[in-house]
Amino acid sequence: MPIEVLMPALSPTMTEGKLAKWHKKVGDAVKAGDVLAEIETDKATMEVEAVDEGTVGTILVEEGTDAVPVNQPIMLILEEGEEAGDAKPAAAAPAPPAQVEPEPAPAKAEPARAARAEPAPRKEAPAAEPEYTGETHSITVREALRDAMSEEMRRDETVLLLGEEVGEYQGAYKVSQGMLQEFGAKRVIDTPITEQGFAGLGVGAGFMGLKPIVEFMTFNFAMQAIDQIINSAAKTLYMSGGQMGCSIVFRGPNGAASRVAAQHSQCYASWYAHCPGLKVVSPWSAADAKGLLKAAIRDPNPIIFLEHELLYGQSFDVPTDPDFIVPIGKAKVVRAGSHVTITAFSRMVGLALDAAAKLAEEGIEAEVIDLRTLRPLDTETVVASVRRTNRLVSVEEGWPYAGIGSELSAVMMEQCFDDLDAPVVRVTGADVPLPYAANLEKLALPQVDHIVEAAKAVCYR
Amino acid sequence: MAVAKRQASAPKRTAKTARLDPDVLVQMYRDMLLIRRFEEKAGQMYGMGLIGGFCHLYIGQEAVVVGMQSAITPDDAVVTSYRDHGHMLACGMDPRGVMAELTGRRGGYSRGKGGSMHMFSREKNFYGGHGIVGAQVPLGTGIGFALKYKGTDNACLTYLGDGAVNQGQVYESFNMSALWKLPVIYIIENNRYAMGTSVQRSSASPDLFERGAPYGIPGKQVDGMDVVAVKAAGDEAIAHVRAGKGPYILEMMTYRYRGHSMSDPAKYRTKEEVNKMRSEHDPIDRMRTALLDNGWAKEEALKAIDREVKDIVTAAAEFAQESPEPDPSELFTDILVEAKAA
Ligand SMILES: Cc1ncc(C[n+]2csc(CCOP(=O)(O)OP(=O)(O)O)c2C)c(N)n1
Ligand SMILES: [Mg+2]
Repeated sequence: MPIEVLMPALSPTMTEGKLAKWHKKVGDAVKAGDVLAEIETDKATMEVEAVDEGTVGTILVEEGTDAVPVNQPIMLILEEGEEAGDAKPAAAAPAPPAQVEPEPAPAKAEPARAARAEPAPRKEAPAAEPEYTGETHSITVREALRDAMSEEMRRDETVLLLGEEVGEYQGAYKVSQGMLQEFGAKRVIDTPITEQGFAGLGVGAGFMGLKPIVEFMTFNFAMQAIDQIINSAAKTLYMSGGQMGCSIVFRGPNGAASRVAAQHSQCYASWYAHCPGLKVVSPWSAADAKGLLKAAIRDPNPIIFLEHELLYGQSFDVPTDPDFIVPIGKAKVVRAGSHVTITAFSRMVGLALDAAAKLAEEGIEAEVIDLRTLRPLDTETVVASVRRTNRLVSVEEGWPYAGIGSELSAVMMEQCFDDLDAPVVRVTGADVPLPYAANLEKLALPQVDHIVEAAKAVCYR
Repeated sequence: MAVAKRQASAPKRTAKTARLDPDVLVQMYRDMLLIRRFEEKAGQMYGMGLIGGFCHLYIGQEAVVVGMQSAITPDDAVVTSYRDHGHMLACGMDPRGVMAELTGRRGGYSRGKGGSMHMFSREKNFYGGHGIVGAQVPLGTGIGFALKYKGTDNACLTYLGDGAVNQGQVYESFNMSALWKLPVIYIIENNRYAMGTSVQRSSASPDLFERGAPYGIPGKQVDGMDVVAVKAAGDEAIAHVRAGKGPYILEMMTYRYRGHSMSDPAKYRTKEEVNKMRSEHDPIDRMRTALLDNGWAKEEALKAIDREVKDIVTAAAEFAQESPEPDPSELFTDILVEAKAA
């Protein structure tokens, strides 16, 4: 039997790729370790090495073919003694195991009985950004983030980027692509793997008037630095009686990527949103990613900017105007509706919109609000919506306990007690460390159907 | 560049090799080959979508873990980072259970819940499998603390990378283990890169074996591509530790042939550099040549080992695909231990 070479998955998120170049032709001898082909993935061009020995029998996918699905046979290698005639593509490769459908089991909120705490004084949310009518272009979230940083670095000499692999490697997730080339090693700085050290260094530099953007390869690693973020960055302004603050952005991917297991997949939204002295931003669309990151860099305070790896490759229309800024602290109604309000942020906005489309088929019009900023939370927008829909479903990827949905539930209790026709329902990640197994991972993360079920439940449907 | 110069050159019969029993050498050859073939298979299965997430292969570094393991006893403990498949096989963990964890199945060491980076075996004294760079170093120090506390003369082998060596908690650990004379061998696997950052670009002082000097911890640099040299250094370090003299640092000069993980195109180094290491320093080729040239093993015997190893890996791959996914009820197990009624 000839050996089938399959289109390999070269990253956790890759589903297809381009067969950029063949390094072998029919009749060539192949041994383990030989480079067979170059494949372009969503992140990089990679070489595929042979694992087996033999002779190239057939090339099944031509050089230059785009969008070749992972696991499709691309070449047949003949083993010793086999002839080219044997080289027919065999049955398809074993498919990855079927995924167990999660049972839609949204948490049902019970009427709350906790003593009412004094609500913190809330400032009014800022005005929304004026509606943009100018020119736009379609770019990915990844590019939008890069453009935001580059534009701000062009405009302000004191802005700089530091973190692991941000320079020569062009960013572990390619967000800072090209920035070292444009701004040089003085302003785009590769650090050792010393999160607590470089986060603290950033804060110190911030005290001196620089405006560092500190990239965490992922927010999981910011736990190494969380003391500097909270005890130094968030509190110094207060402790110094207003003398010394820092304008600094801590940014990077947050939440679950794809099968990277418990230590690499968690949502820090409610962790940071808990802390006075920080602002916490978590955009969904590329336009918001760009407009909010620019606002964050210009803001004189420490900002936690939570991105999502699974959004990096998604494209959206983004204003080309370099002065397009989205104010921190303002939510956005991304779909109008009158029957139920669904709040979400980051990747969950996309799921909420998908759920709203499904609900519309059943005659339920959901209003979807992208919170965009988690601290300060734009409660006005949510409250105004719930006063019309009388129902709230809160969606987040993180854990339920003391999450963003818990905060929203408290706000509803305080401000919408008489408006609610149903208890608030929280759709969240399962209350477990994220498992690796494909079926368990899917069960642990919010899915579109969970949101649909929750919305129907609060509509008593 | 100083570091490269210290890499040992072509394979040659050393006095140390001669002192070792040929059976031990053959066993080390087999153990290294098992890791190599296992990792090649894992890489292939990742490409087929059977393994997901991050998968960090150990290909090229096999001599380090096999040499160190041959210097200790099964009662000594081992802890490492996410690049852990080789360490587990060297500890004697079942390749089927390791592979099934890679595929996220019930038969895996963490019953599918940990994946490539997070496996453990109490039975084999393997304490993980940790995903946060540097975090295993205080853990290994604590394991050493407990081994001493309990009055054993066992040690904990604590592996870390050349990138991890710059984390602050490493120095907090060095200080405590030296202060309290803990039985810990810190093994720095210097494969020259932390993802895309070379040691020269991350470390003000590239002599990593000297990093314990301020705490009085002896350190030694070793050719980590030579399993016999690794074993000799391991023997020396373990004798020091067992004698109650406190921790020891071994810097293993080694090399990973593959990218950092499966999604790394490895643009930060040249092809020539990789090919040179592979063709001139490969620990398995070197051992095979030494065994044959010195008449310590016959070609036929080595071929039989190749076949045996291939069969083990094939069986592991089959098991890892046949083992079912975890039961959905597993989602909510193992979060806390049920407290026993008082
Ligand atoms: C605290 C932390 N920061 C960053 C990462 C991302 N990361 C994973 S491995 C790695 C490189 C580590 O290199 P090294 O210590 O040399 O070990 P090697 O991978 O070479 O075995 C990085 C930056 C992480 N897992 N944990
Ligand atoms: Mg390294």
